[in-house]
Amino acid sequence: MTAPEIALPRRLRLSDLGRIASVGLRTRKLRAALSALGIAIGVAAIVAVLGLSSSSSAGLLAEIDKLGTNLLTVTPGQSLLGQAVQLPIAAPGMIARIGPVTQVEETGSLTKVNVYRSPLIPADETNALAVQAASLGLLSALRTSVAQGRYLSAAAAGEPVAVLGAAAAQRLGIDGIFSGERIWLGNQWFYVVGILNPAPLAPIIDNSVLVGFPAAERYLGFGGHATTVYVRTQTDQVDAVHGVLAATASPEDPGGVDVSQPSAALVAQADAQDAFNNLFLGLGAVALLVGAVGVANIMIISVLERRSEIGLRRALGATRGHIRIQFLAEAILLALLGGAVGVGLGVLSTAVYASAKGWAIAVPTVAWAGGLGSAILIGAVAGLLPALRAARMSPTEALWSV
Amino acid sequence: MTTLQISTQPVLEVDAVTKTYPSQPPIQALNGISFTITKGELVAIVGPSGSGKTTLLHIMGTLDLPSTGTVRLTGLDVAALADRDLAALRATRIGFVFQQFFLAEHQSLLDNVGDGLLYAGFSQAKRREQAREALRLVGLASRATARPTQLSGGQRQRVAIARALVGQPAIVLADEPTGNLDSTTGQSILALFDELHDRGVTIVIITHDQHVAERMPRQIAMLDGHIVADTIRASSLRDQVSSPGQALLPGTRP
Repeated sequence: MTAPEIALPRRLRLSDLGRIASVGLRTRKLRAALSALGIAIGVAAIVAVLGLSSSSSAGLLAEIDKLGTNLLTVTPGQSLLGQAVQLPIAAPGMIARIGPVTQVEETGSLTKVNVYRSPLIPADETNALAVQAASLGLLSALRTSVAQGRYLSAAAAGEPVAVLGAAAAQRLGIDGIFSGERIWLGNQWFYVVGILNPAPLAPIIDNSVLVGFPAAERYLGFGGHATTVYVRTQTDQVDAVHGVLAATASPEDPGGVDVSQPSAALVAQADAQDAFNNLFLGLGAVALLVGAVGVANIMIISVLERRSEIGLRRALGATRGHIRIQFLAEAILLALLGGAVGVGLGVLSTAVYASAKGWAIAVPTVAWAGGLGSAILIGAVAGLLPALRAARMSPTEALWSV
Repeated sequence: MTTLQISTQPVLEVDAVTKTYPSQPPIQALNGISFTITKGELVAIVGPSGSGKTTLLHIMGTLDLPSTGTVRLTGLDVAALADRDLAALRATRIGFVFQQFFLAEHQSLLDNVGDGLLYAGFSQAKRREQAREALRLVGLASRATARPTQLSGGQRQRVAIARALVGQPAIVLADEPTGNLDSTTGQSILALFDELHDRGVTIVIITHDQHVAERMPRQIAMLDGHIVADTIRASSLRDQVSSPGQALLPGTRP
C-alpha cells in the first residue's frame, strides 16, 4: 500500500479565477448590467466633473497664455488720507523709459460724461457704460481686436468719433457699423466707427465707449490724466518692472499708485471654479454608495440562488477560500465593469462639452484612475459579506437543500 | 474470502461510524456503521428514505464528518485532516455524481467535464485534454462542444459521470444517479457503471431502488441508521477474485 499522502489545495490560476468569477455576469447579463449601472453613474459623474473642471481651467489658462502674462496695469490708488489721487500727466512717458518695457498704452476715464443711443433717452439710463479716452495702440497691448469697422486712428482721434466695447455695443443696441451711425455722447453726436471684440485682460474696456485723447480734451473737457496705464514688458522682466512701476509712474507719491497683473487675477479665477465642483463630487459619491449597496444586494441574492453551484464546487474540491475568492472577484468584476463604463461615459461627456466650448480635453489621471480604483474598492467592500456567506455555507446544506 | 481481502486494497474504510444531528430531540442518523470498500468494487447502498444513506454519502465523501467512529479514504484518517485538506482530498480522490447532474449550462460539455479538475491545479489545456478522454469513456466524445441544454437527461448524466471520472479518483460516489431518469435511460446509465466497473473503477451507488441495487455485485442495505445486510453476489465474486483491476471474463456476468 502506498504511503498516505495528500496533495495540498491548489490556488486557482488567475485565468481560471477570471473565468469562474465572470460566470454570474455572463449568465445573468441584464441583472449584471443593471447592478453595475449605479456604479457607472457615480463614476461617470465624478470623472465628468473633474474632467470638465480641469478642461475649463486648461481652456482658461490657454486663453490667458495667449493673452500674455506680461501685462501690468497702473491705476491711481488712494492717498494716505483716503482721497482719490491722479496719475501725473507724464506717467505714461516715464514708464515708457523703463528698459524692459515694450509698450505703454493708456486710458482715461471721463467720469462725468455719459453716453446714450440718442438724446431722447432719459439721462438716468446710462446703461452703466463708461466713456474713456484711449490711446491708439491700446488694442495690441490688450491682445484684442476690432470686431467690426476700425479703431481710432491718429487722424480720427481728434474728431468726434467713438469705438464701442463689446458689451457697450450690445447695450446700446448697435450690432453693426453703418455709415452715419452715431451716439449721443456728452451732449453731442459722436460717430461710431468700430466695435471691439471682448478684452479678457481688461473687462472694463468691454463696458466702455472709447474716444481719442485729443477729442476728449476738445469736446468733453478731459484733463489729460490717465486713469489706467497698460504696460507690456519683456516676459522675464515682469517682476522687476512690477517693482519699479509705482515709483516711476508717480515719483512724488509712489504709495498712491496701484500696480496689478490682470493675468494673475484670471489664473486665480480659474482655480476658484473648482469650489463649485464639490457639490457635484458629493452627488457622485452618493451615487457610488447607492451603487455599492446595489452590488452587495445582487451578490447576496446570487449566493442564495447559486447554492447548488457552491455545493458542487465544494464537492469538486474547492476550499472555502476558493469559494470566497470567487464571489469576491465576481463583485469586484461587476463593480469594475460599472467603473469602466462610468469612466467611458465621463470622458465622453467631458470630450463633447469641452470640444463644444473649444477647450482642450483634459481628464486628470486622478479622475479616471480614481474612478476605477474606487470601483474596485467598492466591489471588494460590497462583495465581502456575500463572499463570506458563500464560503461559510456547508457543502451538504448547499447541495441537498435545493 | 480471506484471500480476497488480502489481495485487494481498501479504498474506503468506515468503522463504527455514528452521526447525530443536534436537534431537539437529537436525531441519530447513523448508528454504528462499519464496512470496507476495496479497489475496483461496484457497491450499492440501498435503503428507503430516512434510512441514513444520504448522510452516509456525505460522510463517505468527506462533505460531513462523523460524530464518532473513523473514516479512512485511501488510508487517510479523515478526522485528522483540516477543512482545506479535505477539499484537496475531494479534488483528487473522490468523484461525485448527483441526481440533479449539476452541470453548468453556459459551458460546453468539455469544460463541464474539465471543471472536475479545476481545483486540482491543472491548466485549462490539460483539463480539456483529460476531459476529452473522459467524454470518450462515456460515449459522448463527438459532442464535446455541445451545451448541456442540447442533451437528453441520460446524456447529461453521462457528462456528470465523465466529470466525476476525469481526475481518475480512487472512488466514485453516485447519489441516486438514475433518480431523475426514465427506466430505459436509467438502465443505460447502470450499464455504463457496469462498463466502468469492468475497467476497474471503484464505484458506490446510493439508491432507494431495490431493482437498481440488485444489479450490483455487492449491496449494503440500510434501515434506520443501521446496516441490515451486506451481501456479495457469488457470480460477481468470481470476477473480483480473478481480476480486481480488469474484467477478463465479461461473458460470465449475469
